[in-house]
Amino acid sequence: MIGTLAGLFSGLFGVGGGSVIVPLLVLWLAYDERSATATSLAAIVFIAAFAAATQGLYGNVRVLDAVLVGVPAIAGVLIGTRLQQRLQGRSIGLLFAAVLVGSAVELVVR
Amino acid sequence: MIGAIAIGLAAGIVAGLLGVGGGVLFVPGLVIFLGLGQHEAEATSLLAIVPVALVGTYRQDRYGNVRRRDALMLGVLSLVGAAGGVALANALSGAFLRDAFAVLMLIVAAQLVRRALQDEGAS
Repeated sequence: MIGTLAGLFSGLFGVGGGSVIVPLLVLWLAYDERSATATSLAAIVFIAAFAAATQGLYGNVRVLDAVLVGVPAIAGVLIGTRLQQRLQGRSIGLLFAAVLVGSAVELVVR
Repeated sequence: MIGAIAIGLAAGIVAGLLGVGGGVLFVPGLVIFLGLGQHEAEATSLLAIVPVALVGTYRQDRYGNVRRRDALMLGVLSLVGAAGGVALANALSGAFLRDAFAVLMLIVAAQLVRRALQDEGAS
């Protein structure tokens, strides 16, 4: 059930599906938060690879642009997983929440 | 281009913090800084997520946090849904997808805030 929902969500929005998987693992399967985020990341590898291949069939994938944002993101994920192990680091999440809200507004009004 | 690199870095940090793929920032970054359409941005985001999630999983596995069997099951079970989601996305207009995506971003932002506030309460 979680898998099917997450897959649909991932394919529809071009995201990994983690924003669906993590809360459902916590709510339905009583995962603690770290196990949920870690297990979610592992599942996303499969979901995103498959969905990207499917989008490739539609001719929508721009490989060079994917590299341009994907490579710096690898450095980012190393920082993020470290921060997550420390409680204090996570208040940085507030900063990223602000980035998200700002980008959402920019996306719609531009 | 610098904007795209910066948003890539930020996407990775969010991915590690929340256990998501980073697509929630890849997609708007690709649209705003590189001028991709919503459909192209979503497709390209999916490809960019793969290495990020791989590295994140590797790190989390070393911390002993990954439940491998559940992850494998989730991943395999989600494939049908993913194919359906891609087909649906390609059937919808870019403008509709974009607005729905903005709502999704606000939801993820709320998750980040809630988590930070929980920590505040715990410490």
